Parts: sequence; C-alpha cells; structure tokens
Amino acid sequence: MSLPKVLNKTLLSLSLLAALGGSNLVVAADDTIKVGVLHSLSGTMAISETTLKDTMLMLIDEQNKKGGVLGKQLEAVVVDPASNWPLFAEKARDLIEKDKVAATFGCWTSVSRKSVLPVFEEKNSLLFYPVQYEGEESSKNVFYTGAAPNQQAIPAVDYLMKEGEVKRWVLAGTDYVYPRTTNKILEAYLKSKGVDEKDIMINYTPFGHSDWQSIVADIKKFGGEGKKTAVVSTINGDANVPFYKELGNQGISAEDIPVVAFSVGEEELSGIDTKPLVGHLAAWNYFMSVENDGNKDFIKQWKEYTKNDKRVTNDPMEAHVIGFKMWVKAVEQAKSTDTDKVAEAMIGQEVPNLTGGTAKMLPNHHLTKPVLIGEIQENGQFEVVSKTPEVAGDAWSDFLPDSKNIVADWTGKETDGKPCGNFNTETKKCSGQKYE
Amino acid sequence: MLKTYDFTHLLLLSVLLWLCPPLHAEQQSATLTQAATLFQAADFNKTREAVDLLAASSDADVVTYLQALLDGKLYQDKVQGTLVIAKDGNTGDELRKIPTNNSLRKYVRGAIGQLSLSHPDAAVRLKSANGLLETVTPEMAEQLRGLLDKETDPAVKEALSLGLAMADLNAADKAVRLTAIESLAGNLHPGVRNRLTTMTTDSDAEVAKAAQAALKTIEDTAALYGHVETLFFGLSLGSVLVLAAIGLAITFGVMGVINMAHGELIMLGAYTTYIVQQLMPNFIDYSLFVAVPAAFIVSGAMGILIERTVIRHLYGRPLETLLATFGISLILQQLVRTVISPQNVPVSNPSWMSGSLEINSVLSLTYNRLYIVLFCLMVFALLYFVLRKTNLGLQVRAVSQNRAMARAMGVRSARVDALTFGLGSGIAGVAGVALSQLTNVGPNLGQAYIIDSFMVVVFGGVGNLWGTLVAGLSLGVVNKVLEPWAGAVLAKILVLVFIILFIQKRPRGLFPQKGRAAGD
Repeated sequence: MSLPKVLNKTLLSLSLLAALGGSNLVVAADDTIKVGVLHSLSGTMAISETTLKDTMLMLIDEQNKKGGVLGKQLEAVVVDPASNWPLFAEKARDLIEKDKVAATFGCWTSVSRKSVLPVFEEKNSLLFYPVQYEGEESSKNVFYTGAAPNQQAIPAVDYLMKEGEVKRWVLAGTDYVYPRTTNKILEAYLKSKGVDEKDIMINYTPFGHSDWQSIVADIKKFGGEGKKTAVVSTINGDANVPFYKELGNQGISAEDIPVVAFSVGEEELSGIDTKPLVGHLAAWNYFMSVENDGNKDFIKQWKEYTKNDKRVTNDPMEAHVIGFKMWVKAVEQAKSTDTDKVAEAMIGQEVPNLTGGTAKMLPNHHLTKPVLIGEIQENGQFEVVSKTPEVAGDAWSDFLPDSKNIVADWTGKETDGKPCGNFNTETKKCSGQKYE
Repeated sequence: MLKTYDFTHLLLLSVLLWLCPPLHAEQQSATLTQAATLFQAADFNKTREAVDLLAASSDADVVTYLQALLDGKLYQDKVQGTLVIAKDGNTGDELRKIPTNNSLRKYVRGAIGQLSLSHPDAAVRLKSANGLLETVTPEMAEQLRGLLDKETDPAVKEALSLGLAMADLNAADKAVRLTAIESLAGNLHPGVRNRLTTMTTDSDAEVAKAAQAALKTIEDTAALYGHVETLFFGLSLGSVLVLAAIGLAITFGVMGVINMAHGELIMLGAYTTYIVQQLMPNFIDYSLFVAVPAAFIVSGAMGILIERTVIRHLYGRPLETLLATFGISLILQQLVRTVISPQNVPVSNPSWMSGSLEINSVLSLTYNRLYIVLFCLMVFALLYFVLRKTNLGLQVRAVSQNRAMARAMGVRSARVDALTFGLGSGIAGVAGVALSQLTNVGPNLGQAYIIDSFMVVVFGGVGNLWGTLVAGLSLGVVNKVLEPWAGAVLAKILVLVFIILFIQKRPRGLFPQKGRAAGD
C-alpha cells in the first residue's frame, strides 16, 4: 500500500469516526469559537426546525470563509433535543457546560424556550430565539429575533380593519399557550378599538383537529349577519389544511371571509395542495417573494447550500440571519465572547434585514421589524399586499391589564438605572422573573 | 379533457396576439391610458379609481381587462406604463404585475357583474345578479326593472326581483316598503335577514312590525334547517368513525386480535391514494376509483403478511399481540417516513368532491362529506354481504364461534384466519382512501384514529357489525350536538366519559353477543 493510500484510508476512517460520534466528539481546539445549535432534528417539530439548523450551518460556514470572528474560526455544535421539552434543558446545559459555547441559536415552540430559560440564566449564557411568539417575557440572556405580538398580530388586525373594513372577528386557535395569550391580547386590543363583545367569537381546537365542519358552519353563520367578518387564525401546524379545505367546500372564499394566519409560512405551504388557500392572508416580517437584492442573494445562497432548487426560505430563517450577524458584530465590538460584554454590545446593533430595511436591537432585547401582510398564491408563495415601516418589538403588551405598566430595559434607562426585564413603572419595582 | 385544455391555450394565444399591438401607449384608448396612470401608483385606492374609470367607459374590451386584473394576469410596463395581459410566468423583468387584494377583487367582481347583466349566457347573468343583490341603488333599480321585463330565465328573474325588493325596502313610500317586506318573508338569503333586522327599527311602527313578523318566520325556518345541518355533520363524522372502525370490527371483533397497527393500515391506504394520484396526474377525477381497489390490495396484503409472520404465533396471548402489533405500527410509520417523506403529502380532491350541494341559502351539504356517508354505507353493506352470504363469511363465523368444531368440520382454520385478517386490513386501507379526502396524509395519520376505532368497536359490542355501525353514527351525532355549546375539546372529553360510564353499566357494549357465541 502506497503512502497516499494509507493516508487516505486514515483520513476516511477519522472522518467516519467523527461522523459516527456526532459533533460532540470533534476535537476541541482552543483556536475556535463554538456556537451551539439547539434545534429538534427528530420528532414532531423536526419539519420546521431542521431548516433552521441548516441555516445556522450555512451562516457559520459563510462567516468562516470570511475569516471567522476575532481571527478565530467558528465551530458549530449541533445537538438534537428531539422535540422533547425537558430534553431541551438538558441539551442546553451540555452545550454550555461541556462544550462551552459562546452563544446558542435555537428553540421553536414557546414551551421549549420556557424549558431552557432557567438554564441560560443560571449559567449566564446567550440564547438567540428566532420565532414569532406571544411576548410577556424579556430575559437578560435571551435575544428575541422573532416577532412580538405587536409586530405581527396587531398590525394584521389593523390591516383588516382599514383595508378590509372588517367589523366582526373570529379568533380561532389551537389549544395551547401561544394562541391563548395572543388571543387574549387581540381581544383586549379589539375592545379598545370599540369592537363589541358580541362581534368577537373565540374558538379553540385540539392539535391536529381535522373535523372542521361545525366550526366552519358557525363561522359562516357568524359572518352572514351583515357585518364584514374575518378570521384571525393561530391554528398551528397541519390542522390548517383541513380547515382551509372545509372553508373552500362550504363556499367561503377569501373575498367573503378572509383568514389571516400567523403560523402558515412558505415552509408549511410547500407540502400541501394550496388551491383552497389562495387569497387568504398571512402576517410575517419576511416573505420569500419580497423583491430585494439582499433577499435574492440569500435565496440563491440557500438553494446552492442545500443543493435543492425547490427549497424555500421563511421568516424564522431571516430571524437567524439577523441574529447571527448581530452577534458577530457585537463580539467584534466587544473584542470578547464574554456573555455580559457581548450582551451589552448587542443593544443598539443594526444590521440590514432581507426586506430592504434595517433591524435594530432594542434595550428590551427585541428587534425592530417591518410587518408584511401577504396573500397566498397558488404556487405556495405570498404576494405582499401591505408593508409597514419598522415597528419596535414590545416585550410586554400594552393591551393586557397585567402587563401594561411593565417595561423591559437592559440598559437601565427606563428602569430607574438598574437593568431589568420586568419593571413595573407604577410600583417602581423589578419583579416576577429572575433577571438580576 | 385534453381537447378543452388545448382550446384554452389557443384562446389565450389568440388573446395575446390580439393584445400585442397595443404595446405602444398612443394606440391604447384614452380611458386605458388614464387607468394605466392610476395603476402605476401601486396604491389600492388608486387602483379602485382605475376600476371605476374602466367600468364607466363604453369600450368593448373593458371586461377583458377587468377579468385579467381579477385573475392576476394584468401586467404593466415598468417604464412606458402600458397595460399588457399575459399568461402566467410569461413575463420579463420589464413588466410588473398589478397588485390586487381581497377587497379590491371583490370590487372588480362587482364591476364585472354589473357589466355582464345583459350577457347572453343565463348562468353568467344569474351570477352577476346574485352578486348585486345587496348593493342595488335607486338608479340601478330602474335598469334592473328594464332587464326584468326582458328576462326569460326563471332563476335570473327571481334573483332580479329579489334585488328589486331589497331596493324597495329603502323606498320613501310606506306601502312600497310593506309590499317589499311581504314579498321577502320566508326568503332565506342571508342578505334579506340582515336587511330586515335593520328594518325592525323603522320609523313607521307598522313597517317595523311587519319586518319583525317576516324575520320571525325566516328565523324559525333557519333554526329548523340548522338542526338538519347538525344531524348531517354528526352522520358524516359518524361515518368516518365507522369507516375507520369497521376493519377493526372484523380483526378485533370477530377474530379477537388486538391490532394496534390498524391505524397504520389506514395510513397505507391513504398513501396508496397519494401514489395513485402521482401516477395519473391528468386524471385526478378518476383516481379514487383506482385507489379504492389498490388500497384494499396493498393494506390487505400487508395484513396477511402481518398475520402470517407475527400474529399467527401469538393467538390466545392478547398482551403479547398488543405489544407486537404496536411494534409493527412503529415500523410501518418509520417505513413511510424513510421511503416517502416525514412531511405530509398533498392529496388532491377530485373536482366532483369539491364544493357543496346547496339546498337553500342556509343549508348546504358539502359533497366530500356526502359521498363519504354514502361510501361508508356501501362498504358496510358489502362487508355484511360477505360475512352473511358467502362461503368465506360462513367459515369466518364458524371459526370465530368455535374453532375446534369448525376444524373438525373440515374448515382450514389457518387459511381462514389469514383471509379474515386480510379482509379487515383491506377495509382499513379503503377507509384510508376516504380519510385522505378529509384530513392530512402523513406518517401520523393512523394514530389519530386508532383510539376512536377501538372506542367505537367496544361501545358497539365486540363481534357485532351492526353494533359498530350504530355506535359510530350515534357517537358522531352526539359529538356534533355537544360541540356548539361545549367546544370541540370538551365535546370529545364528554363523549369519552360517557363511554366509560356506559361500559361500566354494560360491559359488552350496545349489542352484546348472546348464547354460546358470547363464551369467554
């Protein structure tokens, strides 16, 4: 056996070993900065979260080609919490304690975020959370790069009120924490806008609900009482398909009763028959169809990276792009990966978003984002029908009695000089969650 | 089918050819140029003005342009501002699609409706007349009266006079208003009800009273139809339950095998539908007729395979059967995930299953549900026939009642077991075809139905097909009656609690087997 051949073989077996052992086994070198990627690669959430893992790998790869950060290469540490909420906390602890990651990008569902939150606070490490959520939270250790309710739900309702002259509202959702909190906020908001209690119908259904006939018949009746009606849907996951199908079958078109959804994006539409959904709406901060050079480049890069011309991009991917770029800038500005220094440098960072604007990190750890309303097209893409200027993310909703007096400010300007994520402006006290 | 397709292409092509010349602004009519300028603003209010402008013009091809706008086929040259009607995807960078939204499209539809009230096709006239009902202005009323005199089609006539009566409700003359209310009494159109509700506060007491009376009759009729609708919803949910459970009624009910992989056999049937549709993409309308026998064969063969390789060795050991079949169900799920995709797959509805049968304005039965109720009854009848009237059925019943005696009479019990299990599994596959039309087809499809299936079989009485039918349908109806006031989540819980209590009282279900067959 010649020498090159032997070398080849050794290399092959080494790489095989590395692949078998997972990334945890990759030789830890001091000249790299580690970045944790905490997304489910198996189980029910794998459909959505695998894409985000690939996005992170692509971004890290790109950054390394540019020379890394602080002169060091980045190293992704990928773990699989398997859609199992307690496992998220365990894996997060491993990432911080064993792998000593500088920051972690991950989580999708609110329950997984709530599960890892105490770990990140205890170990004082950073988490970048890329999905739109129900708000009512601001942790020193978390940067929320997805939308808060005032950056998605409320502008969507405003659009329907103004453009669609909608007077009656159906708030339909899956029965869990995100829809319930969002609908609570929306109900309070609608009432503050003078909508009568009689004109709001709230309905919850279990996960994966498929028998929509009576609910759709109720919506039809509710909408047939003379006032223009719209459905605000926080229905999650695949229960959406039979819902839209039933709407179509009962003859309700998007022109009669439009449905605006907060959980239906390009990725979700890519696996289904979109005919019954055409014309219905979705509200996000990014659409793949936005015409913009930055977006065009990103889509091209994504398709090349995945070697699949049919892959789509979506809103949480954009959130990771923004979050990652901000983190890189903050680390370079702080000249360190130390959590406190980076967290301080994060606030006020600005990076261009993919829809032609600028995302700015606010003192409450939320971003400024434009709100886009899109209509679903037959090809599974959205046509943008409304776009707002950048809206500042509000951690604590102004429309809930419990949180309207609460502000979050990690610079301490609005919170009596002491940084706090849960500051009551009336009692002047920082309370609730542990944010010291 | 192919011919019409070609024809549309030809039509599009000719439209394109015909529209190509007006690429230069000076050749477009003044109205179009004016509208084009408004379109250029890319503002929905301006677009609306442009639509008004077009609708008011006397140009012959205005409807073509409005229709193109409605279909999203109207494009504008970015530089010159000229309007172009294009086929999808046939545009270069220099063209910009004119954006529309829901309310704008509704507006355009109304404008087209008004323009096509004198269309030669009665169906088009009816559609436009119906679209106008609630927006008839006094000026339009005159035009409608003129059209009504000339109208020959009875349906269009009715729609027009309904629109006129609605317009008359605004009349200053009290007598006219009263006549209009009288003619509207009993009409179930939702617009009528809304209008009459506002009339109940009419300044004239007599008119208000008449409106109230008319409203009462309308609401009574509507409530009656509401009950019919609930019953239909219940039956349709029930027939889904029956379809999912009836295969289990054979494997579990007749053979006594606790088959946890039953749901996955349903899933295989649903995936067979998907594959059949992939193989014949141009004949989606007929795909189900192929899918039903195909799914029966696929799931049936899988059932026989499971019986021959696993279950056969575990007869009389229910706990081990339960665990083994549970393992099989996981294997089948993972198989589908690996071979096809972990994501849901799209299954299309044939056109004859979309839409609904409108009985009147308040009661319409969706075709997919209607067909599934019928399909469920057909499957039941067929299965009943097989078990009661055929040789195989006789042997199945013999083996299930007394295996030793049946064997003594020369029945090859092993073969009968395999065939019975295959039959039950095949029926599960057929149920999968039906479910693929209602719900998502994905690896988890089966799990959603396995609990419900066992519930129905146990409730109906193990070993009794009639019990399964009655149990499934009645659980469906009870669920739908409870749902409006308890909500979908609570209704399901209540039904489950009810069944638990019922089983406490009558452990053998609705229709227990009697005599020796019931032996333990």
